[in-house]
Amino acid sequence: MRSSDRRFHGWGLHLLVGLPATIALFPFVFTVVISLTAEQAIVTNGYALVPERWSLEAYRYIVRTGDQLVRSFGVSVFVTAVGTITAVAIMSMYAYAISRREFRYRRSFTLLVFFTMLFNGGLVPTYIVVTQVLKLGDSIGALILPLAMDGFLVLVLRTFFRSSIPDALLEAARIDGAGELCTFTRIVLPLSTPALATAALFASLAYWNDWFQALLYIQSDRLVPLQGLLMRVQNNLEFIVRNASAVGSVNTVELLRNLPQESVRMAMVVVITVPLLFVYPWFQRYFVQGLTVGAMKG
Amino acid sequence: MSRLTKRTITVPYLMLVLPGTLWLLLFRYLPMFGVSLAFKDFRYSRRGFLDGLRTSPWVGFQNFAFLFQSNDAQLITRNTIAYNLVFIVLGLVVSVAIACALHLIHTSRAVRFYQTAIFMPYFISWVVVSYFVYSVLSPKDGLANALLTAVGWQPVSWYTQTVYWPFILVFMHLWKNVGYGMVIYLAAIAGIPSSLYEAAELDGVNRRQRTWYITLPHLVPLMITLTLLAIGKIFYADFGLFYQVPRNSGALFSVTNVIDTYVFRGLIQLGDIGMATAAGLYQSTVGLVLILSVNALIKKVQPDYALF
Repeated sequence: MRSSDRRFHGWGLHLLVGLPATIALFPFVFTVVISLTAEQAIVTNGYALVPERWSLEAYRYIVRTGDQLVRSFGVSVFVTAVGTITAVAIMSMYAYAISRREFRYRRSFTLLVFFTMLFNGGLVPTYIVVTQVLKLGDSIGALILPLAMDGFLVLVLRTFFRSSIPDALLEAARIDGAGELCTFTRIVLPLSTPALATAALFASLAYWNDWFQALLYIQSDRLVPLQGLLMRVQNNLEFIVRNASAVGSVNTVELLRNLPQESVRMAMVVVITVPLLFVYPWFQRYFVQGLTVGAMKG
Repeated sequence: MSRLTKRTITVPYLMLVLPGTLWLLLFRYLPMFGVSLAFKDFRYSRRGFLDGLRTSPWVGFQNFAFLFQSNDAQLITRNTIAYNLVFIVLGLVVSVAIACALHLIHTSRAVRFYQTAIFMPYFISWVVVSYFVYSVLSPKDGLANALLTAVGWQPVSWYTQTVYWPFILVFMHLWKNVGYGMVIYLAAIAGIPSSLYEAAELDGVNRRQRTWYITLPHLVPLMITLTLLAIGKIFYADFGLFYQVPRNSGALFSVTNVIDTYVFRGLIQLGDIGMATAAGLYQSTVGLVLILSVNALIKKVQPDYALF
């Protein structure tokens, strides 16, 4: 009797959670299907859940004209790697200092970062500072520096340092004659790998998914990151053809005429998104960790 | 108190905060001075932008007067607040419901699968999401119109019809963010002592009652905290949702224009710098007042829940 009761509830529950799970996954699957649909089938039937004819032509086309894609991929990887290292370094140093009670100005520096979470100058003044004062317009720095610090993550790190690094340990290091900076790099950082990993994951996700800085600051094709590329091809796919090395040998006009428009766009979405989805399940744990620390004590 | 424990250290810590402080000054505090633009009639100068900034005449609150005399201010304020209110309420209900349901499922492989699937959209950029939406709403090839015509209805020109967009935007917000809320609530549920559930099971309490009388009451403090945080940010909209998902379609502005998109278009597309700055300053000022008053109110009523 009890087991049948449990089973009944089980079905209801699986429906209640399975529906949102299906809705969450559907667009991913559908996009892959569209990218594998023959262009002719899209022209006659539109996007179909089960295409009339499958085809790899979109992917073949991307490989042939993929110079811009490779270029943008390089930009995204570089920005993510350099940005994440910079951001974690700046934020952990700052967070550690304001987590220590011996730091005389800890309150002032905590307020300095906290106030930026409550008030900001807005988009226009920030844009002007970045382009006119710092002269970062249309440079790789514009993709990296504006995202190098995040008040919320600084406070998460501070909470971690304060609650998980025992004072006695630091006191012992001090008695042994270790300087403050040495203590920080040799003792505190190695003990903080979970928190640093969480911060690094948040930062790298922010960099990898960022299109806003590209939209604001980047004009040159060679500096367009993947998300920016995806944004540009929304309306005009010529962008990737224009920068293809194949243009020299094959006629550009012909390349454009044979362009499997619809499926190529979706194939690019797939190529850009899939790597993230493959690594995501492994990192999910750290995200969950970071989110919960932030939500509880932020 | 002995000198040893009370001793203060200054120079090494100042070195540690130096890079962060520089960043904050350049990217956060310097722009705060830039809000003076909101009170100027900005004119480009031949000797560069900053020179134009210096020589442009002061006009007092003229930019604000223009902003509030047009219908724009009212529209973007209404959109920003109304959407956020709906997001807060529905987001809370759906996230908590899913978290509670997941908690009741005992097959851990199934739980992991559902959790991974529902959290996944959170990791996708709005640009990619806009393609996902387009695959359904594309007027020519989209799935939605294919279904409509299949049952004999007229196809809809989705990207020009305003009526549908409040629903689409709310749905997409939930699609992307419900997993985030679910994860946070699940972590809170994991913190509830299991002895409570064991005692309830011994007393023959069924699952629905266990959720209703044990799980939900334990989640209330977190619900309150997260809701207050969200109310404090109610004047800020998710730019990507309102800019990318409707594909910047001008026909939809009456239901998709929020303060953030308005400021962006003022800067990039219209080049109306004074007005865009004014709108941005209006946003951050009201935002500041809002979060301070929310916090002050909680401090009075229920100090434990205060944000700071």
